[in-house]
Amino acid sequence: MSTKAKTRGKAPAEGYRPGVWTRIGKRLRGKKVNRGIAGNILSLLFLLIMGAFMFLPLLYVVMNAFKPLEELLLFPPRFFVSHPTTQNFSDLFSLMNETWVPFSRYVANTVFITLVTMLCHIAFASMAAYALAKHTFFGSRFLFKIVVLALMFNGAVTAVPNYLLLADLHWIDTFLSVIVPAIQAPLGLYLMKQFMEPIPDSILESARMDGAGEFRVLWSIVMPQVKPAWLTLIILQIQSLWGMSSNYLISEENKTLAMAMQQIVSGGIARMGAASAVGLVMMIVPIVTFILSQSQVIETMSTSGMKE
Amino acid sequence: MGYLAKRFRMRLPVIVMLLPFFILFFVFTVYPVLRSIWYSFTYYNVFSDAQFIGLENYIRLFLEDDVFLVALKNTLVFAVITGPVGYLLSLLIAWLINDLSPKVRWLLTLVFYAPAISGSAVTIWTFIFSADRHGYANSILLQLGILNEPIAWFKDPHYMLATIIVVQLWMSLGTSFLAFIAGLQGVDKSLYEAGAVEGIRNKWQELWHITLPSMKPQLMFGAVMQITAAFSVSDICIQLAGFPSVEYAAHTVVTHLQDYGMIRFEFGYASAIATVLFLMMVLANQLVQAALRRVGD
Repeated sequence: MSTKAKTRGKAPAEGYRPGVWTRIGKRLRGKKVNRGIAGNILSLLFLLIMGAFMFLPLLYVVMNAFKPLEELLLFPPRFFVSHPTTQNFSDLFSLMNETWVPFSRYVANTVFITLVTMLCHIAFASMAAYALAKHTFFGSRFLFKIVVLALMFNGAVTAVPNYLLLADLHWIDTFLSVIVPAIQAPLGLYLMKQFMEPIPDSILESARMDGAGEFRVLWSIVMPQVKPAWLTLIILQIQSLWGMSSNYLISEENKTLAMAMQQIVSGGIARMGAASAVGLVMMIVPIVTFILSQSQVIETMSTSGMKE
Repeated sequence: MGYLAKRFRMRLPVIVMLLPFFILFFVFTVYPVLRSIWYSFTYYNVFSDAQFIGLENYIRLFLEDDVFLVALKNTLVFAVITGPVGYLLSLLIAWLINDLSPKVRWLLTLVFYAPAISGSAVTIWTFIFSADRHGYANSILLQLGILNEPIAWFKDPHYMLATIIVVQLWMSLGTSFLAFIAGLQGVDKSLYEAGAVEGIRNKWQELWHITLPSMKPQLMFGAVMQITAAFSVSDICIQLAGFPSVEYAAHTVVTHLQDYGMIRFEFGYASAIATVLFLMMVLANQLVQAALRRVGD
């Protein structure tokens, strides 16, 4: 009891262990304080209303993607699809094949940009996070303070100087203009560093005793332990890169899949079917990646807190 | 000398590990902020190099540029409403689903988080808020007798901002929401037991005296995520209300910045806008951090 009381007020650095908590929770259920029956009904009602507000628009995207054109143009509109069809997707596919640049090129561009950014981001952010989390040196706290400060504003602030910089480097209309700035996303470093912090130093120290260098320690001791964190960085990068359209990719053959699809859907009512298919395609990738990784992402977030 | 050489050899791997990320970070984040602050005091466009003009950009911004003042007002309205409401909504929903069984919690987490990552799916709201009497919002409100004639939600300057705020709230359960769920999971359950002994009677007291203080670090991180998002509302304004929106009713500081920076190429003036935006975001974040430190005290 006394050891447990000590953890009060401290950051929950223990991580996400549903197994243990459910067991403790079951034992406690008898003494649990309640909202009361009225409170429970109210909160259930609130969750239902909010859930509908969140879910129905997404369901509508799905419905529209499978509606034939005459149902899409129906007045008054109907929420549910009555004659589901995959016509919109084949329309989209044939439109993509009519474009001047082959469809596969857009896919390849998106995959290339996403893969290279992801790999470099994880490698660079993990190394820097390890150095900040497990070593103290002159300026280490200051460096991390700047990273936290960088979470407090977004890319709009730096857009103009970055454009001038990319122009000076002659990177406009190359993949570098998208990849390189995305590699240094401070959120990735922040989450990674916070997740590495609770790893006990004694494990690292014993590896060093066995003659392992710092890179060896990072690669074979730390990295396997922070798997949830690097999976989270992968997810965050996919989320931001999949739907990304960049002003800096100008030539048609450099554009991403998302940009090509946006161009197609701006083609007016005749392309409304294809447009609703695009809506679903753009939405489904980030959602599916989150479905596959939810528990890892939540685990990473358990150490995301800001101390002090 | 031998000692210093040895120390350097020990430090070398750490330096090598730091360099790749921090070189890019300084080149693409820190340096641009400083450069932007410097440019904000210059006259600089495609035809001329940067010339120092003192505070002229700022004087023009606040005294002559009426559109900027509209943008500033809109941004503050967005931030003051979607920031706190989105934050409290994330916290409340995370708290309500925390007691449910793991499977239900998993499903509800997905449902509530999905809009935040669904990207261009946000354009579905143009159907929901379409201007004719058959659009969902209009037809429901007409049937209930609240409206007499349909509203052009994304074209009428009176309703545009409110409509976009609704859509913005739809996608506001983002990273902070996930952090809160994780934070709630990490609260030491024995504290609740101790609390019950000490005389905590209901869930609300438990929330204020035990739960929130235990997840303070997540509360602070979530605030940063939410505030930064609330001040940078721009994409959905352009997607839903067009650019420029009617009477600039959905114009924000970020769209104003994009206008001057990327369309008119007035780099000096755009940098002044960027600097104002930077100061607003950082200041709001620092204020809220200071306030959150007092939670549960």
